Amino acid sequence: MKTPFPFSAIVGQSAMKQAMILTAVDPGIGGVLVFGDRGTGKSTAVRALAALLPPIRAVESCPVNSPRSADCPEWAELGSKKVVSRPTPVIDLPLGATEDRVVGALDIERALTRGEKAFEPGLLARANRGYLYIDEVNLLEDHIVDLLLDVAQSGENVVEREGLSIRHPARFVLVGSGNPEEGELRPQLLDRFGLSVEVRSPADVAERVEVIKRRDAFETDHAAFMAEYGAEDTKIREAILKARRRVAKIITPPDIIEDCAKLCIALGSDGLRGELTLLRAARALAAYQGKRKLTRAHLRDIAPSALSHRLRRDPLDEAGSGTRVMRVVEDVLG
Amino acid sequence: MSAQADSWDRAALSVGLLLFAPRYLAGAVIRMRASPDRNTVLDSLANLSTRRLHPAISDEQLFGGLDLSETLKHGQLIENNGFFNNPCAIMLTMAERCGPELAAKLAHQLDRHAGHCFLALDEGAEPDEAAPPALTERLPFHIAPEGKAPAGWAPVPAGTAPVPPREVACTQGDLEALTMLAARFGIDSLRAPLLALRVARAHAGMAGRNKLHAEDLEAAACLVFPQRATRMPAQEDAEEDAPAPPETETGTDAGMQNTSDLPDGDMLVDAVKALLPADLLAGLVPAGTLRSSQGDGAGQKRKGNRRGRPLPSRPGRLDGRSRIDLVATLRAAAPWQPMRRAAQPSAGGLLIRPSDIRLKRYQEQSDRLLIFAVDASGSAAVSRLNEAKGAVELLLAQAYAARDHVALVSFRGTEGEILLPPTRSLVQTKRRLASLPGGGGTPLATGLQQAAALATQSRGKGLTPTIVVLTDGRANIALDGSADRTHAAADAARMARVICAQGIQTLTIDVSKRPQPALKALAEQLGGPYLALPRADARTLTGAVSAALEA
Repeated sequence: MKTPFPFSAIVGQSAMKQAMILTAVDPGIGGVLVFGDRGTGKSTAVRALAALLPPIRAVESCPVNSPRSADCPEWAELGSKKVVSRPTPVIDLPLGATEDRVVGALDIERALTRGEKAFEPGLLARANRGYLYIDEVNLLEDHIVDLLLDVAQSGENVVEREGLSIRHPARFVLVGSGNPEEGELRPQLLDRFGLSVEVRSPADVAERVEVIKRRDAFETDHAAFMAEYGAEDTKIREAILKARRRVAKIITPPDIIEDCAKLCIALGSDGLRGELTLLRAARALAAYQGKRKLTRAHLRDIAPSALSHRLRRDPLDEAGSGTRVMRVVEDVLG
Repeated sequence: MSAQADSWDRAALSVGLLLFAPRYLAGAVIRMRASPDRNTVLDSLANLSTRRLHPAISDEQLFGGLDLSETLKHGQLIENNGFFNNPCAIMLTMAERCGPELAAKLAHQLDRHAGHCFLALDEGAEPDEAAPPALTERLPFHIAPEGKAPAGWAPVPAGTAPVPPREVACTQGDLEALTMLAARFGIDSLRAPLLALRVARAHAGMAGRNKLHAEDLEAAACLVFPQRATRMPAQEDAEEDAPAPPETETGTDAGMQNTSDLPDGDMLVDAVKALLPADLLAGLVPAGTLRSSQGDGAGQKRKGNRRGRPLPSRPGRLDGRSRIDLVATLRAAAPWQPMRRAAQPSAGGLLIRPSDIRLKRYQEQSDRLLIFAVDASGSAAVSRLNEAKGAVELLLAQAYAARDHVALVSFRGTEGEILLPPTRSLVQTKRRLASLPGGGGTPLATGLQQAAALATQSRGKGLTPTIVVLTDGRANIALDGSADRTHAAADAARMARVICAQGIQTLTIDVSKRPQPALKALAEQLGGPYLALPRADARTLTGAVSAALEA
């Protein structure tokens, strides 16, 4: 397969790019949901993200990408125990995936040929410590959504079926994209995404021409294009690595935490996940910008994507929840 | 006649280009009914050696999966080869029946540029019946010639010295022309100019040029844009003086030479405009409104394989999503037993073949919910609150007979109130209705808001909501509770558009003394019928409501 379109070559869409970078800085933020019209570069961005992410260290033969051989699940039959560097897994969850494919199932080949009962890990195992990408997430079948909800919450996949009793870690960043015109997302799943961004076609003709030009260059002169933007991608990757080291040391003044709480109360978002994500994402943003201290500017920057999908759904609000959040942010933070 | 001939010319060009660079152009939508003419078109595409794919194809066939018979025979895992594993030309028959799930998978495949060429055969008869947009968006051509094929119709052949499309140079000016043009026709997606660029390249390549000429751009615009256009371009746009994008090193000199033979933007516009369907403006719907606002009277029907009223079972494959109809399967297998036994004397038990398998199907009929939004303001109370009450009561009796659910929302003063959540209890509804007090302002917007919220909520529970608004239309309280007549009317209109956008069926009943034009406008915004009842008794009102609902 061809190398994906480079991340740094995506024109505009800064909110989407920022959200994706932040999940790479702090996977604990818990995923990005990208909603928008057709032809706005949603899928392109997610596929580009895979190439951008820094590699992870993992046991070579471990099906769940464990960092040390002691962490490998006991059911896995390990070949080489060498710790190697491999690209961060970005696993595509196709819409029609069966439950077996997602959670893992009895290994049919082994069962048939050798009469052995063995577990064949599914997509969730492969996505551990990486990303799970669901395109058209709003069209995903309900029973798969239920599975994902449970696993995304607990960070562990438990399989109890066909005489198997298996558990393995499944901590992944959920990235979903979709077109809201084709279907709504259940609020339970919506809440599992840390950040949500809405993308639109650029309104500016110059920007549109730029998009077409880059895409065209990518298609016709692939090598030269990759050489041009590869360096940019490397820069972003290094910034992510730096931010990862810095994120734990970010100073959080108590009044900022209070601001978070005030914001969420004013917006009436359900649960405390809103505050937690807001704080985490703001910290990741501060780290990515190379700051030492969290400020209100960071909160203001990140509030729309961290909170807009957590509001009590008001189907009658034409303005869109992003605007509502901005209004409240103006009120609370002044 | 010339329009028809023209449409066939365009089809010839599309097919010619597709034959010239099938992988590069990625495919076409062919919207024609099955006919000798369609066969002519398909025959001309026969060189692509297409494989057929139908909308109900399983994932195993698409992506490849376990080949059960081979696996059991050889005792080791054998996977069959899916459509997607090797590049080929794929023909999607009955594309208008293709569901969003399959469309998403195919679209993903198209995005990967794995070298497939998709031909979506769209046999839709109605304007609404068409291949899913996720798919059509990604295919450059829309081959829908009108009338009969002219004698001797054949695809435009490639030139004698064709150039591969990828090697055709294009300038900044070409890019701008195509992007600008797409914007002027109101095409939001950036895929359209990209596809147009590809078509232009293929067009130039076919003629053996290695640079884009005006005719290439024109041909590309004419083939790609008309079916995507959402508006007619304004005569002279402000876009003319949009800031020129920065020129690149490669673009500058080539752009200089080419400016002279670059077609005038307006010429291109005219070329595409001539091809736009005549009913474009008629078919235009304001952004956000759904066509689906014209629902069926009764609850919607959904076919599934889990719940609802059983339908006759039908043959199928066990794909893990459907349930087997055991009795029907055994019945299908029974007549063959002696014959199969003779063929396989050693086998024990029943001999069941995959072709015997019957799957269960169900049809679910969702219940209808009638939401009455009753205006109990002072103005309505004076005129006809009691009549409205009576009408609702009579309607309730009918609703009870049809096993519909009923909910009651009233609005007066500054707020709307759900008097009765969805219920089937006639007695309770009557009691609540009788004690409905009147007086105060008319917060129409708030009432609509409450009703819409209830409708959305009930839809989540599987009900099909219909909102019946009974009001005299003199909205004078805005959403925020302020007594401002213009503001209130604007709020009500906005709320009506929101309800319409959600595809909720509505009915507006004017209970004022004289029919209110404002209320008629509101009904239009709600996308539902309007009934004015200057002087009538409750029974006429009911008759009108049932007639409107059954229509």
